[in-house]
Amino acid sequence: MTDLAQDLLSSFLVAESQLNGSRNLGVVSLRKKAMDRFEQQGFPTTRDEEWKYTNLKPVLKQDYRILLKGDDAVSFADIKKYLLSDLDTYKLVFINGKYSSWLSESTHQSFDICTFAAALNKYPDVIGDFLGKAAPAGTTFVDLNTAFADDGAFVRIKRNQTVDKPIEILYLTTDENGPAFAQNRNLIIVEQNAEVQIVERHQNIGTQPNFTNFVSEVFAAVDARVSYYKVQNDALHASLVDNTHVVQERGSNVHVGTYSFGGKLVRNNLHFYADGEHTESHMDGVTIIDDGQTVDHHTLVDHREPNCYSRELYKGIYLGNSHGVFNGKVMVRQKAQKTNAFQQNDNILLGERAKVDTKPQLEIFADDVKCSHGCTIGQLDKNALFYLRSRGIPKKEAEGLMTYAFASDALEYVKIPQLEKRLNRVITEKLGINLEFAL
Amino acid sequence: MLKIKDLKAQVEDNQILNGINLDINAGEVHAIMGPNGSGKSTLSSVIAGREDYEVTDGAIDFDGEDLLDLDPEERALKGIFLSFQYPVEIPGVTVSNFIKTAINESRKGRGEEPMEAREMLAKMREKSALLEMDKSYLSRSLNEGFSGGEKKRNEIFQMAMLEPKLAILDETDSGLDIDALRIVANGVNKLRSKDNAVVIITHYQRLLDYIKPDYVHVLYQGKIVKSGGPELAHELEERGYDWIKAENA
Repeated sequence: MTDLAQDLLSSFLVAESQLNGSRNLGVVSLRKKAMDRFEQQGFPTTRDEEWKYTNLKPVLKQDYRILLKGDDAVSFADIKKYLLSDLDTYKLVFINGKYSSWLSESTHQSFDICTFAAALNKYPDVIGDFLGKAAPAGTTFVDLNTAFADDGAFVRIKRNQTVDKPIEILYLTTDENGPAFAQNRNLIIVEQNAEVQIVERHQNIGTQPNFTNFVSEVFAAVDARVSYYKVQNDALHASLVDNTHVVQERGSNVHVGTYSFGGKLVRNNLHFYADGEHTESHMDGVTIIDDGQTVDHHTLVDHREPNCYSRELYKGIYLGNSHGVFNGKVMVRQKAQKTNAFQQNDNILLGERAKVDTKPQLEIFADDVKCSHGCTIGQLDKNALFYLRSRGIPKKEAEGLMTYAFASDALEYVKIPQLEKRLNRVITEKLGINLEFAL
Repeated sequence: MLKIKDLKAQVEDNQILNGINLDINAGEVHAIMGPNGSGKSTLSSVIAGREDYEVTDGAIDFDGEDLLDLDPEERALKGIFLSFQYPVEIPGVTVSNFIKTAINESRKGRGEEPMEAREMLAKMREKSALLEMDKSYLSRSLNEGFSGGEKKRNEIFQMAMLEPKLAILDETDSGLDIDALRIVANGVNKLRSKDNAVVIITHYQRLLDYIKPDYVHVLYQGKIVKSGGPELAHELEERGYDWIKAENA
């Protein structure tokens, strides 16, 4: 067993009775069982099929503080640039995993946009109904998070309501704890025919390394509409394992966009469970990373009912010696006739030592379905480059323009114009070009 | 303006141009004709600076400057424009953003200020009207889903926006119906002046009915084997290329 695993076990014994929700017997039992499973399993290694291409060892060998303190010294000026400044939003801000009420703007009026900690006390029944129902027990990082997480965002949108403005969820890490291991959890419940847009970001604003093991459970009821955008542009000493699990009922439409530009090691486990007919599941993303960075997208769409649609489009641009992984699994159960599943993963290697491992995985048990998948790994098209240069556009700008164009169709489903603009700006910055039109 | 001297070029060890000599002056229109595989497109690519081609001998001089040392974008700044036979599709970049980038990068390259947004817009309107292009055109992704005719019109639109000194039209007539051909030719004619020159590369006479050339050259096996006036194009239209091949066998 690794030192970190030992630390986690002993920290759990200390913290167990002090965690938010420790008077809720259901929650306590959930945590204990999860910790037992973690003790059995430990952390995955590259010998595990699911972690074959991503080696956690360098990140896990760091000595982290597990039970964290907040940080009162953070002001709005410190975090402003991580928020969509030109847009009015609800805001939930966590510093070292602790809720910061003075930086946040929550509400309980028409709907709940508040903390997981508050919900543990205020809505024990809701917690009992939903907690752990999307994220599957038995996977190391989910179990570990279930054991420790006692705060995060709680969003519950009641029937037929449309949230009037987007919700921003910001998780900050400061140097207060030295190297920090944070585990927070979002619970997002969108009831029948309700609608919400969420922008989420993890950001290390200090100099110390940190590791975040994050879980988000999303429940989209009948005809609910959810847009969930993950902006990953963290410091190069920050690592993240994101576990996002979405359960969809009939007619619901959920989009999760993941935009990965920063961080040392980022692993996204994104799972959709299509539990009703006529659901639409959209997952897409742009990854642009450089030297010393790894981004690993592991996705699953589980089609359990007939007549559902899923669309998956991931674009990757790899500079320097960066490493990308894409593993897209589409499961079509026997009952799920007339499934229409689309998957595409396109990569451009701009760095000479950049590397991509991509693996589509289709398991189809129904006979009347339409499933397509494809992946490409390549360089920029020479003809197109010549075309642009022959119009007077210098080589570097031409390459930037083409790379931008390559990435931009994965942004098509972003519904918040300010966010789209922000993402375009980050993309052009990452590509080292100044294209006026993209701003 | 353009002086090509004994130009030889190859691609992957295949010699394609075998000593081209050609002089083009401002105000002139030259047509280069010839059977498939004679080297017409290679010649235009070499002038524009495509890197797949290796120039093994000879020189290209443009306004007193050696072109062969310049990158494609530098040649564009000097005023060379190539209308592509197969324009490339670039999803995600609109026609107007592309042309804006091209114009302002060219200006930057020449040490000039970017064009005022209002001036840019007015010019785009004027030139797209010249080519009878719908306004929605400008906001579409560059060449994506364009018909053959739309792609070629878009090439001439770019030419109109960039105002080159030397425009090379590589098989601009291929894939055009008669109406599109008339529109494209009309556009090119309106852009002609005593200060610029046009090179038309084509298989057929029909584009030359609309854009009258001053000189017609026949390219065969990487060499200009015959030059003449507009009547040479008519002769080729009537007799085909076999007699040229026979003469040069």
